[in-house]
Amino acid sequence: MCGVVGYFGPMIAPSEAEPLLRRMALSVAHRGPDEMGLYSRGDIGLGHRRLSIVGLADGQQPMLSEDGNFALSFNGEIFNYVELRADLVARGERFRTASDTEVLLRLLARDGEAALARLNGDFAFAFYDARRRRLTLARDRMGVRPLFYTWRDGTIAFASEVKGLLEFPGVAAQMDAEALDQIFTLWAPIAPRTAFKDIFELPPGHLMVVEDGQASTRAWWSLDFPDAGAVDARDDNIIADELLALLDDATRMRLRADVPVGAYLSGGLDSSLISPLAAKHVGDRLRTFSVTFDSAEHDESAYQAAMVAALGTEHTSVATSGADIARLFPATIRAVERPILRTAPAPLQRLSAHVRNAGYKVVLTGEGADEVFAGYDIFREARVRRFVARDPKSAFRAHLFRRLYHYLPGIQSQSAEYLGAVFGVGSDRLDDPLFSHRPRFRSTAQSKLFYSEELRARLAGYDATEALAATLPGRFARWHPLHQAQYLETTLLLPGYILSSQGDRVSMANAVEGRFPFLDHRVVEFAARLAPGIKLRGLDEKHILKRVARDLVPQAITARSKQPYRAPDAQSFRDAAWVDEALAAPTGLFNPVAVQKLARKARSGSMTGFRDNAAFVGILSTQLWHQAFPQRQSALNFAA
Amino acid sequence: MIIQNDIRHFIIENFLFGDTSHDLGDDVSLIETDIVDSTGILELVGFVEKTWSITVKDADIVPANFDSIGRIAAYVANNAGQSAAA
Repeated sequence: MCGVVGYFGPMIAPSEAEPLLRRMALSVAHRGPDEMGLYSRGDIGLGHRRLSIVGLADGQQPMLSEDGNFALSFNGEIFNYVELRADLVARGERFRTASDTEVLLRLLARDGEAALARLNGDFAFAFYDARRRRLTLARDRMGVRPLFYTWRDGTIAFASEVKGLLEFPGVAAQMDAEALDQIFTLWAPIAPRTAFKDIFELPPGHLMVVEDGQASTRAWWSLDFPDAGAVDARDDNIIADELLALLDDATRMRLRADVPVGAYLSGGLDSSLISPLAAKHVGDRLRTFSVTFDSAEHDESAYQAAMVAALGTEHTSVATSGADIARLFPATIRAVERPILRTAPAPLQRLSAHVRNAGYKVVLTGEGADEVFAGYDIFREARVRRFVARDPKSAFRAHLFRRLYHYLPGIQSQSAEYLGAVFGVGSDRLDDPLFSHRPRFRSTAQSKLFYSEELRARLAGYDATEALAATLPGRFARWHPLHQAQYLETTLLLPGYILSSQGDRVSMANAVEGRFPFLDHRVVEFAARLAPGIKLRGLDEKHILKRVARDLVPQAITARSKQPYRAPDAQSFRDAAWVDEALAAPTGLFNPVAVQKLARKARSGSMTGFRDNAAFVGILSTQLWHQAFPQRQSALNFAA
Repeated sequence: MIIQNDIRHFIIENFLFGDTSHDLGDDVSLIETDIVDSTGILELVGFVEKTWSITVKDADIVPANFDSIGRIAAYVANNAGQSAAA
């Protein structure tokens, strides 16, 4: 796990290469504090910051082939490198190192892009073929590891984080208005767009080939579901046995490291299932970590304690208050590099610092299970909305909304009729491809109330939901509604927020690598083929996963209703004196009078709903983004 | 009209944060225009209870009573003073 930077093109003179690469690499040094390596030759420059996990002594990068024809700068892990290496040895390759980097280098040199399909891993890399003067950038299937790029004067610059690109000559931080609107509607920018104007990310599962000054990008993997009616509907017991074997193998492979591997324990089903699987393979006691909150609404420590007792792990938790979140929040925005609508990444950044201080560089987590096995409320909510829409006059059906949101006290006191109306029953079209997400998008989009006149004018006629709908594949219409909802959640929110803002960026801020057994592509593809009713049976979320967990996880955890990971939002900032000044900074994006009223409401303690909280956190984080990334251009003659 | 204006003022300040560009006619659906959501309704009910000394029963929180300024005003007119009378 590391930081990658580089460029390819005629813009950088040979004498400028090393100082530029050094500066770019230093800007992502937090991702790889152990070593730095630079390589430049002609038009190509590669830099690397290393967090040593596999092949500690000999995995330095950028790594060159023996003949010097190939160079690789790689961030991430190839978990099946042991098997791939054995295969390459059988094909006559002789290895110089014990690293997964050399396996990837040799595989790419031999097989080119075809090698990608054989990789089981989380990765983003730059691979240069000097004979063909050809650069390949590629990213893992699910979007665990990031890779950003931009173009200046026919030269492409790339980096694991945007910070690396901001060191490149002529690149400036400027908010992309449409990306901001996407975040304030969809919660995430639609890849390849980022919060930064003219700076892009390589989408998950994509590769880009740059040759003769031309770039072509294409998907090398994409999430697919069977046509409705063509699903895997075998007996639950058979499916559960196969799934357990797959998860066990995915976990075993993700324990491969030359350093100790720990695990996060949230108290939910997913991490609780991964921990016993990991504990089985780890010789010593498994080391586990968690976040706790002082507000009962967010705290899951009782469930964490149950799991620690069941597994006998060596466990520590990081108690986090609202004041802690407020204190860390500006640093979190610098880490995540985009406006966010929730504070949830901040406690995870605090947790990764604790993990690192405890001497751990790698943790397993349960991330991905909610997308892959239909655990989120949004899937159940969509099912209830369809159910109610079939008989809108039913006095019984809309009561199900209360059951869905059992952890939100305000919902419990409302009439079924009112809840039905609020959730769009009767007004949302059942054949709308975004049906499952419409209430969320509508509610989030209310934050646009705070846009300045100038921003409204710039966005006139733009609709982020239309932009999202335009990205959906043609086969989408043939899928079951649950699979459509899973596709949206897995391709937009998972890489655009969960794996980035709550994942890579806040863990790598402290040089901690997260590994996600549920996102092993074999698990993802297996789950995608399953019949919807095996994942979401009635309103029982992650049905098959609970079946798998039955013998491994205490019943108190398998039987509990899903509670999403959340942290205190606006209430965290009530005593933070710096907030008013941050909100008032003249970015020109928001209406200052309206924002003042919002801040007053937040401070009064009367802000209880998602909508106001999302607006407050979204606006504050946008303002902090401007502080963290002031508009300046890097010059080549920067001061030493 | 006084009741309608008080409700309108509350909605503009509390849900629209001073934005007066929305059509807030007496018959405009507050749900369909996304002005009030599932938590907003609780703030609205709290405002009605406090301002006009009404105890709103859970069963009364239905669109027929709370989905437009006109309907809320009618509900208030029919129920105002109920606590004092009780």
